[in-house]
Amino acid sequence: MLKMNHLSKVYRTHLIETHALRDFSIHVREGEFVAVTGPSGSGKTTFLNIAGLLEEFSGGEFWIDGVDVRGMNDDQRSRLRNEKIGFIFQGFNLIPDLNLFDNVDVPLRYRGFDAAERKRRIEENLTRVGLASRMKHYPAELSGGQQQRVAIARALAGSPRLRLADEPTGNLDSLMARGVMELLEEINRQGTTIIMVTHDPELAARAQRNVHVIDGQVTDFESEPQLRAPAHGSGATTAVA
Amino acid sequence: MFAYYLQLGLHSLKRNALLTALMVFGIALGIGTSMTSLTVFYLMGSDPIPWKSDKLHAVQLDNWSAEEPYRAPNEPPDQVTYLDATALMQASKADLQVAMFKVVWPVQPENPEIKPYSAMGRATYTDFFAMFEPPFKYGGPWDRAQDKENARVVVLSRDTNEKLFGGQDSTGKKVRLNEVDYTVVGVLDKWQQRVKYYDLTNGAFNDPEEYYVPFTTAIEFKTRASGNNSCWDSPKAGWEGYLASDCVWIQFWVQLNSPARVAEYKSFLDNYVNEQKKLGRFPRPLNNRLPDVNEWIVAQRVVPSDAKIQVGLSFAFLIVCLVNTVGLLLAKFMRKSGEIGLRRALGATRGQLFMQHLIEAGVIGISGGLIGLVLTWFGLMAVRGLYADLNNVAHLDWFMVLTAIALSVTAAVLAGLFPTWKACQITPATQLKT
Repeated sequence: MLKMNHLSKVYRTHLIETHALRDFSIHVREGEFVAVTGPSGSGKTTFLNIAGLLEEFSGGEFWIDGVDVRGMNDDQRSRLRNEKIGFIFQGFNLIPDLNLFDNVDVPLRYRGFDAAERKRRIEENLTRVGLASRMKHYPAELSGGQQQRVAIARALAGSPRLRLADEPTGNLDSLMARGVMELLEEINRQGTTIIMVTHDPELAARAQRNVHVIDGQVTDFESEPQLRAPAHGSGATTAVA
Repeated sequence: MFAYYLQLGLHSLKRNALLTALMVFGIALGIGTSMTSLTVFYLMGSDPIPWKSDKLHAVQLDNWSAEEPYRAPNEPPDQVTYLDATALMQASKADLQVAMFKVVWPVQPENPEIKPYSAMGRATYTDFFAMFEPPFKYGGPWDRAQDKENARVVVLSRDTNEKLFGGQDSTGKKVRLNEVDYTVVGVLDKWQQRVKYYDLTNGAFNDPEEYYVPFTTAIEFKTRASGNNSCWDSPKAGWEGYLASDCVWIQFWVQLNSPARVAEYKSFLDNYVNEQKKLGRFPRPLNNRLPDVNEWIVAQRVVPSDAKIQVGLSFAFLIVCLVNTVGLLLAKFMRKSGEIGLRRALGATRGQLFMQHLIEAGVIGISGGLIGLVLTWFGLMAVRGLYADLNNVAHLDWFMVLTAIALSVTAAVLAGLFPTWKACQITPATQLKT
């Protein structure tokens, strides 16, 4: 589903070069739930941004769903992002003056679906996250957990094959966080690939596989993913050979 | 997607309401100011009779003094002498022709309840009505035979007919003008011209006349023109001396239905003047002119130069308003950088976002334009209040309404280009991590 080989990302100013990622390789297969962990500044967000085609990379190779993204122009990357990737952000990133229906509608508009198809997908996915009755409500009228559910519905609506989640429970209390996590696990069980960046070792343990990043490099990696059910608290990582 | 962008644009008006209001009002103020001056400027200089303005020509004959031109550098007089007017009328070489002058006579109503009053009229020939096409409500013009017979006939304006006969069909009734009874042969309908082009010497923006009588009849009663009268040599004593003088006081217009006819008539005028030179008149070199309506309006400087300066200044003000709008739009779009980053993450291309924000700027422009039109309406009302002679030109027409909307949308889109471009340069990744 996602493959990076010897990827590098260098931020350059006229004075210094910062290597955010170096010799970064990862292979995430279809249907996996991968947690990316690491300390602040380790490069995990840079990895997620590059994986989501929100940032360009400096060197190496990168495929999404078999598509080589090297040399793609901005429009091509936008279309690929819209079609293949769904984002779930720590801060939910809902548009405050659009109601839930219109928020979920945003990626579908750019996909070019007709009105009937958009309506079907929006209703189906808001139902899936348990918010069908609140379609005309605005984000400010919802709790944090509910807002994150809307963001998940938005990420699901376009049926992308890869979901990228950046600290999806970071702004939630433990009860809400558990609910969101259970929703992500359910989505994963239905066959969607999820890559989740998190600080939280408990959440990471619930993923099928952990990737640990330090100083822009993968330091800890379960190299041979054996698809397994989420371990619910048993998530020890395996050192990379 | 256009409908979606439009919907977002309308939605965005509500967001940052104060900022939006400032932008809309800024554009409205600029549009209101520029459109007020532009409307007056446009209507002053626009073609008053577009369907035949190229066929109507003012006749200018240079009978002025050998020592100096009528007006520098070498302009011929803008009116003609009685001698030349009658000669040209008798020659009748044009398709239609008219000699005319402004008169002011007392109107003495039969109805004792209406006090006598002084009213401006026009002594003219019957061709006046065919050439300048005032609309008739009742009756019609007098005929050529009545021109020759110095007939006591009159055509009334709608207002005069309203005043004297309560708006009823008054044809066949008598009107007493300057102690003489005239029979009403026609009553005009409303005839409000923006520019009174056929007699610019007596005020380009004057009201139309209140009555029209035959030129020959006015001459029989030794009526002097109440308008502009210029002489370069003192006339001989008495009425006959005045008629025989080189004083210019008569407007002379011809209708020539083709360019060939214009050339023929020009040649006729030159021959006429050359003949007159043999009689000792026309001491200056041949300098006859036949400007059509639009050339006449330009030559007579109907649009004053300060009107142009005013338009320039008001557009400079519009530019100031737009610069202000650029800043406000930039602030508005930068405050939306989180949403822009999000839309990029959800699959919007830069082009789509560019279009979305340009349409948003357009929505602000349309809103500003509509309010600007209301301000223009008030502005023109103020112009009419301050300058009574601009009553006929200080009005909005459909063309100017559409121009105002187009101008405001164009202005807002232009003002939106830089902020929109700037907004589309936002790196989505930096906006999404909160």
